[in-house]
Amino acid sequence: MSITRRGFMQSVGAATAVGLIGAPHLALGASKKVVVVGGGTGGATAAKYIRMADPSIEVTLIEANEHYYTCYLSNEVLSDERSIDSIKFGYSGLQGHGVKVVHDTVSEIDAAGMVVKTKSGKSYGYDKCIVSPGISLNYGAIDGYSHEAAESIPHAWKAGPQTSLLRKQLHEMKDGGTFVIVAPPNPFRCPPGPYERASQVAMFMKAHKPNSKVLILDPKPAFSKKGLFEQAWKKFYGYGTDNSMITWKGTPSGSDDNVVSAVDVASKTVTTGFDDVKADVLNIIPPQMAGKVAIDSGLANDKGWCPVKLKTFESTLHKNIHVIGDSSVATGMPKSGYAANSQAKVTASAVIAMLNGQEPGIPSYVNTCYSIAGHNHGFSVAAVYKLAEDESKIVSVAGGLTPMDASEEQLRREVEFAYSWFNNVTNDAFG
Amino acid sequence: MAYNIFTKAVLATGLTFAVSSAFAADVPVQSGASDGMLANTCAGCHGTNGNSTGPSAPTIAGYNPEYFKFSMAAFASGEFPSTIMGRIAKGYTEDEIAQMADFYAKQKFIPAKQEFDAAQAKKADKLHDKYCEKCHEDGGASPEDESGFLAGQWAPYLRMQLADYYAGSREPSKKMKKKMEELHEKAGDAGVEALVNYYASKQ
Ligand SMILES: Cc1cc2nc3c(=O)[nH]c(=O)nc-3n(C[C@H](O)[C@H](O)[C@H](O)COP(=O)(O)OP(=O)(O)OC[C@H]3O[C@@H](n4cnc5c(N)ncnc54)[C@H](O)[C@@H]3O)c2cc1C
Ligand code: HEC
Ligand code: HEC
Repeated sequence: MSITRRGFMQSVGAATAVGLIGAPHLALGASKKVVVVGGGTGGATAAKYIRMADPSIEVTLIEANEHYYTCYLSNEVLSDERSIDSIKFGYSGLQGHGVKVVHDTVSEIDAAGMVVKTKSGKSYGYDKCIVSPGISLNYGAIDGYSHEAAESIPHAWKAGPQTSLLRKQLHEMKDGGTFVIVAPPNPFRCPPGPYERASQVAMFMKAHKPNSKVLILDPKPAFSKKGLFEQAWKKFYGYGTDNSMITWKGTPSGSDDNVVSAVDVASKTVTTGFDDVKADVLNIIPPQMAGKVAIDSGLANDKGWCPVKLKTFESTLHKNIHVIGDSSVATGMPKSGYAANSQAKVTASAVIAMLNGQEPGIPSYVNTCYSIAGHNHGFSVAAVYKLAEDESKIVSVAGGLTPMDASEEQLRREVEFAYSWFNNVTNDAFG
Repeated sequence: MAYNIFTKAVLATGLTFAVSSAFAADVPVQSGASDGMLANTCAGCHGTNGNSTGPSAPTIAGYNPEYFKFSMAAFASGEFPSTIMGRIAKGYTEDEIAQMADFYAKQKFIPAKQEFDAAQAKKADKLHDKYCEKCHEDGGASPEDESGFLAGQWAPYLRMQLADYYAGSREPSKKMKKKMEELHEKAGDAGVEALVNYYASKQ
């Protein structure tokens, strides 16, 4: 990779000033190379959209696993509303778009050398690197919790075997048991996720273990879609009564009442600022940070997340590396699958423009997040975003929540549309 | 253009774009995104290039641009009932919606691969011709019609729209209303359901 070649490409792009689609392929020199690190929602979408818009670009996607399990709708696997296979996706679709898919673990992205290195010892040079490694779990924040402890006390915040393990524990739990969810502090992947999980677990208990309870220990004073969740919990699970199936214990700011600081793995007991709580099934969702590879490659700030330019998602710390999805600090957008999908398209377009020596276009972003809180009872948050003029944040220009007075029919339809969203977003990323 | 009811509907209801003024942004934002940039944000729910993999979210590829603009405005104003589009449509200016309308008009509509009852579909052939073909030409497959596609659209989505028309929460144009009433008098709920199967059979 020589400066001269890049300089040459820039001048070609600038001189012909062609549109993104239908840009004439460079007749001289090797084709431009993009390496995508992480084939989850963000990475898969970016790889596909680059190939769809500019097939002259060589895209290599490096993903640790042969199959991707979506976190979205994985809460329905716990309650047997769907199977684990229904959230499993492979990479043949991307191969169909001409993406070179490599199954390997990236050990380092060398920004200076513009090369991605893998555990198996291979190196992949790039002109542009797109990094979408999701999250890493900060086990250290909870005394006694660890990667090994997660084999018996699952987080299930990365879907797959962890989801199946938590499902098994729920199904084997005695009737009358307590399922404790330790919710994470902000910012974390999928803000409504822990509360949707509580709903799905309660839905299962209501049908199969009616004397059981869900207890959420939360280090936060409030949570996403709280009004809508509580309304559903009242409707289905006796929330607010003495016999409620779901109890939420929040923590006022400045206090540590329900902040879990330690766990005794053998007895499934957690220590909060207030109490010791023993669980029959314990689900600890620990504090989170950017994917390990992003941190190891010097892409994260001191809080563990990756700062980026919001117009192109190019790292502010290293040139020619773009960080998207949960790992990035996309100021103004939540960490969600839809957000990762949307950011991937903004980034694909920016990367193509930059490789062709053009100015990246004005971005447009969307996020939606559906939650299914009971049978035929779904709701959503949606937002349309634009970039602030000074590029300091991504600003919601429209959107909002399902109204509190939505009809039964609307709530039913939102479940149907949640399933359609799942089919479309997974097909948009992997199909 | 098969039937110019759309323009009349606009005039009749005084429906206009309230959209550009609906921005709630607290700071100045950048506008001027390209048509593809705007349209690709919809794909997570409507499918890549607007071809939905279903089962309920509608395909919007190949849509008549006039109807596209009309329905986005109707969502934003609340004229069309919606679960979520009302919240989303308010996020775009009239120009942006026009750009997306042109983008989607250029995409190929792929009829939904879905199950249907062949006997019912056959039965409804005549019903369609009699009550609906005048405006929904070619068995509901014509992009010239200033309405969505009926042929090849996802059946659960069509069922919802028909339920909303009959419940009065989505107001059809006067002439369509008349035909829908005639259909219902003649063939009842079963006739409406047969029609849904007829449209689903067009693959
Ligand atoms: C229970 C739950 C429910 C959720 N529900 C929703 C929902 O309803 N809607 C919604 O929009 N979002 C939802 N989310 C959030 C959504 O799953 C994430 O925000 C989304 O997956 C983020 O995409 P990403 O590309 O950043 O990361 P991921 O999708 O996690 O992808 C990261 C990929 O990178 C790979 N990887 C990591 N490191 C390396 C390495 N070193 N080498 C090679 N490969 C590597 C991983 O194997 C993985 O495949 C939910 C999350 C949870 C936990
Ligand atoms: C969160 C999912 C979601 C997103 C994002 C979304 N839509 Fe929709 N869309 C729907 C649903 C669901 C409906 C059915 C109406 C309703 O309930 O809101 C719909 C209906 C429509 C229709 C009406 C189709 C017809 O036949 O009348 C159009 C047009 C449309 N959407 C366009 C768009 C455009 C353009 C965008 C992107 C700017 C978009 N949608 C983004 C979910 C979505
Ligand atoms: C007089 C013309 C006319 C007739 C007759 C007519 N329609 Fe329509 N139809 C329209 C127009 C215009 C629209 C779009 C705007 C609206 O909702 O009014 C539409 C929309 C629809 C839609 C919603 C499509 C979507 O994507 O949301 C359905 C479903 C539909 N018609 C079914 C029927 C059926 C079934 C019949 C026959 C019983 C019928 N129509 C007869 C003009 C007509």
